[in-house]
Amino acid sequence: MELLFVQALSGLASAASLFLVASGLSIIFGVTRIVNFAHGAFYMLGAYVAYTLTSRFAGPLGFWGGLLVASLIVAALGALMEMVLLRRIYQAPELFQLLATFGVTLMVQDLVVVIWGADDLLGPRAPGFTGAFSLFGRNIPTYDLLLIALGPAVLGLLWLLFHRTRWGVLVRAATQDRDMVACLGVNQKWLFTSVFALGVFLAALGGALQIPRTTVTHYMDLSIIVEVFVVVVIGGLGSVTGAFVAAVLVSELNALGILALPKISLVAVFLVMAVVLVVRPFGLFGKAERAPRSSAGTSFRPWKPMTSIERIGVALIVALAALLPLFAGNYALSVGSEILVFVLFAASLHFMMTVGGLASFGHAAYFGLGAYGAAFAIKFLGAPMGVALLIGPLFGLAGAVISGWFCVRLSGVYFAMLTLAFAQIIWSVAFQWVEVTGGDNGILGIWPSRWASSPEGFFWLTLAIVAVSVALLRVLVFSPFGFGLRATRDNTLRADAIGIDRKSVQWAAFIVSGTFAGLAGALFAFLKGSVFPETLGIPISVDGLVMVLLGGIETVSGAVVGAIFYKALAIWLMSQTDLSKLVLGAIIVLLVVASPKGIVGFIEQIRHRRPPSPNGAGSSAARADASDALGIAKMKVAE
Amino acid sequence: MKLEVAELNSFYGPAHILFDVGFAVGDGEVVAMLGRNGAGKSTTFRTIMGLVSRRAGLVKFEGDEITRLPSYEIVRRGLGYVPEDRRIFSELTVEENFEVGRQKPRPGAAAWTPDRIYKLFPNLGEMRRRLGGDMSGGEQQMLSIGRTLMGNPSLVLLDEPSEGLAPKIVEQMAGAILAMKREGLSIVISEQNLHFAKLICDRAYIIEKGRIRFSGTIDELEAHPEIRDAYLAV
Repeated sequence: MELLFVQALSGLASAASLFLVASGLSIIFGVTRIVNFAHGAFYMLGAYVAYTLTSRFAGPLGFWGGLLVASLIVAALGALMEMVLLRRIYQAPELFQLLATFGVTLMVQDLVVVIWGADDLLGPRAPGFTGAFSLFGRNIPTYDLLLIALGPAVLGLLWLLFHRTRWGVLVRAATQDRDMVACLGVNQKWLFTSVFALGVFLAALGGALQIPRTTVTHYMDLSIIVEVFVVVVIGGLGSVTGAFVAAVLVSELNALGILALPKISLVAVFLVMAVVLVVRPFGLFGKAERAPRSSAGTSFRPWKPMTSIERIGVALIVALAALLPLFAGNYALSVGSEILVFVLFAASLHFMMTVGGLASFGHAAYFGLGAYGAAFAIKFLGAPMGVALLIGPLFGLAGAVISGWFCVRLSGVYFAMLTLAFAQIIWSVAFQWVEVTGGDNGILGIWPSRWASSPEGFFWLTLAIVAVSVALLRVLVFSPFGFGLRATRDNTLRADAIGIDRKSVQWAAFIVSGTFAGLAGALFAFLKGSVFPETLGIPISVDGLVMVLLGGIETVSGAVVGAIFYKALAIWLMSQTDLSKLVLGAIIVLLVVASPKGIVGFIEQIRHRRPPSPNGAGSSAARADASDALGIAKMKVAE
Repeated sequence: MKLEVAELNSFYGPAHILFDVGFAVGDGEVVAMLGRNGAGKSTTFRTIMGLVSRRAGLVKFEGDEITRLPSYEIVRRGLGYVPEDRRIFSELTVEENFEVGRQKPRPGAAAWTPDRIYKLFPNLGEMRRRLGGDMSGGEQQMLSIGRTLMGNPSLVLLDEPSEGLAPKIVEQMAGAILAMKREGLSIVISEQNLHFAKLICDRAYIIEKGRIRFSGTIDELEAHPEIRDAYLAV
């Protein structure tokens, strides 16, 4: 009992930082509608900058002043990012904004290592709060008590800010209807920038306050961002009170869960989240979102099946690819097979995102499940490769059945965040359940059967499987199922009105996509001969997203081209530089800003060039307007 | 001229909505923009306010061109806008809604305050702390107009202020608009309802399928019932 109480106190102390970061994310989302993935990066930067300042300037003033100044510096960086990057993409679909901020996250990860080194850093203790007091024979740091008091204090201050100042009233108004606020003479640009700065300040302060408690590491950004996503999903995006309640809930579940289920404490949090989302899809304190401005895959050029000439062209390209083993060496073949595996992975995600309009940020989950499924088949059943290649996709399918059931209840950013959370849960299971998965050491010795064990054989096998799978996905796009799915994407309400059951159609698409991702994962396991938790990691999910984006999300199967281009580039980059994340992040950011239509979209645009519009306005303006018009149509239906 | 609009064209995606729309409003004038549902009245207002991104033409306000200015800048120059669907902030109180609309006073004119607006719309004075979402349609319309007045405009675009309101409230609304006129405000009202326009307007334009079809005084319009029958629902 005493132990429980002590744990609960420690949980409350952890809740403070979590609340700060989550409320910042929530406030930013409320006004700008951007889910700032880089929030974790700002949290981490807050901790690093505070470390530097507090180590340099001793004493109470140096310490507390250091925390404050560090948070202000990072807030200024956040405002800079808003002005330079985000202002260019407010009109873009939400997915692009998430990706752009993710690109920034990647860049910060490498920059932090360049500036502060890769080693964990231990900051100074807080002056005046170095001691501990004894409770039930256990020591509780006085710093924890300070944090426990800080959470409600910040909540109160934020409440005053939002209800007792003109700025706060404007922010609350903009959270509800930002266009109307502009129509009343408020300059949204500065409102957005100031909101962003406040949100980032809270994140950085959350990070800075951690330095007396934990070491500063260059991977603290991803761990906090997933926890923060869980908090805001439970609490409701846009609600500060919700962030507070959910931060306490999640921290307590973590603190007490460790006592009850030491190995799978994350699962407890996750179960709570699942229950909350089923009962209240927009979180405990959240409100229903308006229909998104435009879904990812919406295209204004109708899709058509390939003409027979195009089919012959594709067949020729596949045949040409099949000739590769005649002149390529073993290394080139293995690179070729890897690219093919990612073609299938990207195509599976592409199907979900462009045909279904469901942007998954955790697609690696099904890729990794496929890889582990194949590995289990070999390791525990001693099955041959053929069987393992069937069991792998079945794992992907099973995972998609379960997580898809929850995810399709949500849409837009909530959907993306929930898919990410699922992927992280599965990753942590693979990481922690050492007896079965081997944990960090992975599972080794997953080699292909003899008939496919040569690099040529495996390449041909992969090519055949991938070509057939991609063709199948394309057939699905133009099947009645595909039409129904596109209907739910383009207008949920109208699809409902003509009798399409949105949830089951999207769930089915989720499952199809997860199954093919699982197949790609199973092939990947045999290609590498081993499986590690990294196959389930966020970087793989993001690779998939970038491939789809690069290929062009308004296309039928642009991901194929995107995957080939991106994977080849990534493999080449890795061999050229240590700062591949920095380069990759920069490429993602540039891509989002410069070419939202992707490679294939760009080619299509040239092929189908329309007659110039009457006032010569650019196509991007036309696109923005078309989505305007769409938004209006949606609103009319809603009325 | 307070407001001059010439050769206004606007587009939603590939759809061409307004065709060379032009009209003018004098100082202190109340002008009606009449037309059926979907004729282009709201789009005209939205285009003037800079809310339709694909647009061409010329908009001059108090002699300055404002065609390419951002919405907030247009408002700050004194061109107020009350949208058709009212768009009150449902989670803000009446007073907070006013606060969002508040802008600097106009030189030479008395600043609008919540108290002055409560005199114009006495109903609102009794519900200062009520949330916008908990008000009736008529009260929301009054709140929306009052909120725009807090920006101290010299001209207001009123998009269908009588739509969906009970006859008694419509009467009250007409009285309030006339009171605004007496304060020296120029007003453009979009309307489907000729009877309402007759109560308050000096002149009228008729818009149909994105083109201006008629321009003249209300009396001239009265004298030509065939125009009314061709372009307006009666």
